[in-house]
Amino acid sequence: MKHALRNPLALIGFSIIAGILLLALIAPLIAPYDPNAINVKAILLAPEANHWMGTDGLGRDVLSRMLYGGRISLLVGFVAVGIATLIGIVLGAVSGFYRGWVDTIIMRTVDVMLSIPTFFLILAVIAFLTPSIWNIMIVIGLTSWMGVTRLVRAEFLSLRNREFVLAAQALGAKDARLIFTHLLPNSLTPIIVSSILGIASAVLVESGLSFLGLGVQAPQASWGNILTDGKEYIQFAWWLSLFPGLAILLTVLGYNLLGDGLRDAYNPRSNQH
Amino acid sequence: MLKYLLKRFFWMIPLLVGISLISFMIMHLAPGDITSSEASFNPKASEESRQKLRELYSLDKPVIVQYSLWMKRMATLNFGTSFASHQRPVFWQTKDKDGNVTLGMIQEALPITLLINVLSLILIIAIALPLGVISALKQNQLADRVITLFVFIGFAIPGFWLALMLMYWTGVQHNWLPISGLQSLGHEHLHWLGKTLDTLKHLALPVFISAITGLAGIALFVRNGMLEVLHQDYITTARSKGLNEHRVIYGHALRNALLPLITIFGLSIPGLIGGSVIAESIFAIPGMGKLFYDAVLMRDFPVIMGILTIGALLTLIGNLVADVAYAWADPRVRRGVMQ
Repeated sequence: MKHALRNPLALIGFSIIAGILLLALIAPLIAPYDPNAINVKAILLAPEANHWMGTDGLGRDVLSRMLYGGRISLLVGFVAVGIATLIGIVLGAVSGFYRGWVDTIIMRTVDVMLSIPTFFLILAVIAFLTPSIWNIMIVIGLTSWMGVTRLVRAEFLSLRNREFVLAAQALGAKDARLIFTHLLPNSLTPIIVSSILGIASAVLVESGLSFLGLGVQAPQASWGNILTDGKEYIQFAWWLSLFPGLAILLTVLGYNLLGDGLRDAYNPRSNQH
Repeated sequence: MLKYLLKRFFWMIPLLVGISLISFMIMHLAPGDITSSEASFNPKASEESRQKLRELYSLDKPVIVQYSLWMKRMATLNFGTSFASHQRPVFWQTKDKDGNVTLGMIQEALPITLLINVLSLILIIAIALPLGVISALKQNQLADRVITLFVFIGFAIPGFWLALMLMYWTGVQHNWLPISGLQSLGHEHLHWLGKTLDTLKHLALPVFISAITGLAGIALFVRNGMLEVLHQDYITTARSKGLNEHRVIYGHALRNALLPLITIFGLSIPGLIGGSVIAESIFAIPGMGKLFYDAVLMRDFPVIMGILTIGALLTLIGNLVADVAYAWADPRVRRGVMQ
C-alpha cells in the first residue's frame, strides 16, 4: 500500500475516497439539518448561507441529504462488490483449482451471464421483487461476479503449476491449505484492484437505478434519487442536479484512479507503456 | 471458414439453453405465484389478464413442464401479448380475422434503439480513434495527459447526469435541440428531407450521451493497443529499412492495433443495449430501453421476458458477427481456426 501510494494518481484517488468516506461517516455530526425534515417555508431556495447547496421541492436541505445520501451510495457499493467478490473468489478458485467439468460448467455460466445485458438483467429482477436498498445490493452483487471469477480462475491456473505450489503439494499439503495459504494470497492484488474498480461501477449502477425510481426509495436520500428531483425542477433549480452529479462523478473518479494506480504500482509491465 | 462458422454457430446452443434457464429462474423469483403477489403485480390488471398470464406461462403445471413450454416460447420467439398496452403482441405483428395488422411492441422499438446504437458507434469511432492514436504517439506529453484526464472523467461521468445537464443547457436555456421524443409537432407535414432532419435533431442528444459513455474505454484501448504494437520487432524492422514514419504508423502499426477493436465492439453490445434504458427514458425515445423501463414500472411480465430474451439474442449475434469478422480480417486467426 505504501509503495502504491507513491503513484500520484493512486494518491489522488485515495485522498478523494478517504475524504468522501469521512464525510459520510460523520454525516450525523456535521449535517446542518435533518435530511428528511420538510420545511414549507423554504422550498427551492438557491444555495445561500443557511443552505449551502440550497433546498429541494419539499424544503429539505440538500447538503444534509447529500451527506446522508453518500452513506447509502457508498454502502451499496461496498456490499454489492463484497457479494460479487465473494462469489467470484469461490467459483474462480474451484474452477481454476479443480478444472475439469466443474470448470466447464462455471465458465459456461459466466458466458451466459455475460450475454444478457446487465442493466436489463438487474431491472428484470427488480421488477419481480420490491425495490429496497437491500434488494439493490444483492441484485447488483449477483449480476457482477463474472469478472472476478474469470480473474481468480486465470490467476489460479497460472499459479497452480508454479514450483512453490508443486513443492507444497509434494510435501502433502491438502487442497484447502494450497488454496488458502498459497494460491489465494498470491492472487490478492488483482482481486483488490478489480474490487475497487467494481465499487466504482456499482456506485454508478445504484445511482442510475435510484434515478429511475427503482433503487433507493424516498424519503431515504441517495445521490441518484436527489437527481430525480433535479430532473423534475431542472428549469428552476440547477443546484438539485449539479451537486449529486458531481458527487457521483468524484466518487467514481476516485475509485477508478485508486484502482488503476494500484494496478500500475503492482504490475511493472503496465508501466512500460 | 465454413467449418468455423458452423462450429461457432453450434456453440451458441448451450448459451441459449443457459439464457432460457436464467430467465426462467428470474420469472420464478417473485414470492409465490407471480399473478398473486399483490405487492409486485400490476394492480390495474384484471382477473382476466391474471388468468391469461397463468395460461401464458402454464403456472398450474409442474415446473419442468413450465420450463419446457418457456423454451418452446423462446425458440419460436412467441412471447404472448402485453397486459398494459391493450393486449398488443410483444414481439412481432399479428393479424386478426378481419385482416387488421397489429404491430409488435419490440418490432416497433428495436429499429429505433439499433439506429441510436449504430450512430453512437460511428461517433465513438470518429472521436476515440484519433484520440487514442494521438495519445499513444505523444506518450507522456501534454496531449497524452489531457486525453488521459478526459478518459478518466469519461469513465466516471454518470450518463444520466450529463443528459440532464445537456438537456438543460441545449434545450431549456438555448432552445437549440428538442429534448423529448422522436418527432416534432407537425412532423408528418414535412418534406422527406425535413422529416429526416427533424428526426436527426431529436436523436442528437441521445446519440451523444450514448457515445460519451462508451468513448473513454475505446480511446484507452486504442492508446494501449497502439503502444503495444509500436514496441513490436516488425515496427523496428519497418523503421530500420527506411520507411517514413507516416507509413510505419498508418500502414503497419495502426492496422494491427485496430484489429482487436472488432472484438471489443462485439463485447460492448450488451452494455450499449442495457444503457439505452436510461438515455431513452430521459429523452422519451420510444425504443427498447424505454419499452423495458415502462414494462418494469407496470410489471408487464410478457414484455419484460420478451425484451430480456431479445437483448440476450442480440448480444449473442453481435459476438458471433464480431468473432467471424475478426477471423475474416486477421489471417493469423483465420488460419488458426481453420486448423
